[in-house]
Amino acid sequence: MTDRNPRDLALSIRRSVLRMTSSGQASHVGSCLSVTDILAVLYGRILKFDPTAPEWPERDRLIVSKGHAAAAVYSALADLGYFPADWLENYSAPGSPLIGHVSHTVPGVELSTGSLGHGLPVGAGLSLAAKRAGDTWSTYVVVSDGELDEGSNWEAALFAAHNGLGNLTVIVDYNKLQGFGRTQDVLNLDPLADKWAAFGWNACELDGNDVDALENALLSHDRAGDQPNIIIAHTVKGKGVSFMENKLEWHYKTPNEDQLRQALAELRGA
Amino acid sequence: MRDAFVKALFEAAEADERIWLLTGDLGFNVLEGFADRFPERYVNAGVAEQNMIGVAAGIAMAGNIPFVYSLGNFPVIRCLEQIRNDVCYHQLPVRIVALGGGLTYGSLGYTHHSVEDLAIMKAMPGMQVIAPGDPFEAKAATQVLSSASGPAYLRLGRAGERQVHETTPAFEIGKSAQIRDGDDCAVIATGAALAIAYDAVQVLVEKGVSVRLESMHTVSPIDVDAVCRAADTKAVITVEEHGPGGLASSVADVLVGSAVRFAPVHLAADPITVAGTQSSLRQRQGLTAENIVATVLDCLEHRALFRTH
Repeated sequence: MTDRNPRDLALSIRRSVLRMTSSGQASHVGSCLSVTDILAVLYGRILKFDPTAPEWPERDRLIVSKGHAAAAVYSALADLGYFPADWLENYSAPGSPLIGHVSHTVPGVELSTGSLGHGLPVGAGLSLAAKRAGDTWSTYVVVSDGELDEGSNWEAALFAAHNGLGNLTVIVDYNKLQGFGRTQDVLNLDPLADKWAAFGWNACELDGNDVDALENALLSHDRAGDQPNIIIAHTVKGKGVSFMENKLEWHYKTPNEDQLRQALAELRGA
Repeated sequence: MRDAFVKALFEAAEADERIWLLTGDLGFNVLEGFADRFPERYVNAGVAEQNMIGVAAGIAMAGNIPFVYSLGNFPVIRCLEQIRNDVCYHQLPVRIVALGGGLTYGSLGYTHHSVEDLAIMKAMPGMQVIAPGDPFEAKAATQVLSSASGPAYLRLGRAGERQVHETTPAFEIGKSAQIRDGDDCAVIATGAALAIAYDAVQVLVEKGVSVRLESMHTVSPIDVDAVCRAADTKAVITVEEHGPGGLASSVADVLVGSAVRFAPVHLAADPITVAGTQSSLRQRQGLTAENIVATVLDCLEHRALFRTH
């Protein structure tokens, strides 16, 4: 495990995400900034891994099911030393392995995602295999809120509880914005924690941009137990950049040079 | 084929701890032996195929070889994107096993007719698409898939088909099993339709036609060499219990540019909306030995319905 201060890692991720989405003419910057603190705590404090041996059998598995957060994931992996940081400069460029959705050809990535609702079933399979084999590594799955519209997640919710997958943890990046607007207007998820609790999960809610709250919740889980865990992480889409926060348009738009400069300045001041 | 598969899988699981069996709550009175003997490698995922394929992918990522058992279209079409993205994109050794290929569940209606599966599965990258022609081939395929790499689709018929081979054939994925040699024409069959093709070939032989019969148990990757050799005869006829886009189109892809006459015998594309046993529906669709005989003779007499050019 690499001990990396989550606040420092989060700042590193946010800076890279802004540069990458700008230079790569890419979208999803708001989604990346929303999930950044979750990734920073997982990589900085929770996950067991070895950047020099990405296939280390005892590593914890992280599946980022919201594959459109690719720039944030790649930024974290580069910061941690899975691959050279200069790869990030070619994000989304022709021929680059760093494509616009999380890709398993990139060192440190377990599962390619992009189509929503795929990560949790695969995570449940990993968890089941580990539990049955008596392996001690854990599986973490980060999902978006809009993604929970997909029925496959609810199939997996039944499955994980039925099979006692205490070694599985899901974190919902609940920024409350999806394709056409607010989740409560498109397809309401609430009461979200109650739904998971009713499915038999150990559910909690917290501020998903609060790295201490995230770390404490993740450390409190009983991974040897029989109840799968879920954290409903209330986040802010575009977190850290004033003109992007809670703005649906930054799911799609690319920051231009002026916007990039202003955003990076805000991060420096933060 | 079902029983040959289950027996071979049980034996493979005895020998190799990586073998798992998942079911979508189907296989009552069939899978209990495996479940009792290997409870730590058995999963009933319930009636939830999308999750089941994802779970299988995860189990495979952890170093195992999961066989996923269900019926007809359920483990194929319902969860196709999980197969494409989670299994094939990552080239995981997940084996999707569908009982009830073709019109096996004839009287249960179109929802239970598995007649597009070969076309769909062969479009999946790296998917090994296998439709054994008899219980011998089902057993051999299961044995080979217990250690092979990459994703695979195993299309089984039902329980109780007759053997076409006289003994377990040499079985290699992607290599046709020749049942009979001949040089007037070549009949290439896949899946349970092999037995129908075999009966047709017997009739043709009695009529003095020199017929080659190939069991093309692997539809993808197709055995290009065997198809090219077939093109050295006067006519190539494919036989399958499947709609357009399956074995026929795979063979035709190889034959493009060849002067050989070619006629496919397959099911119609339109859904069947009436009741009927497998046998009666095969009759209605022309998947009979009589029709195969007539098609071969037409072909040899230059009256082929389809020609490659």
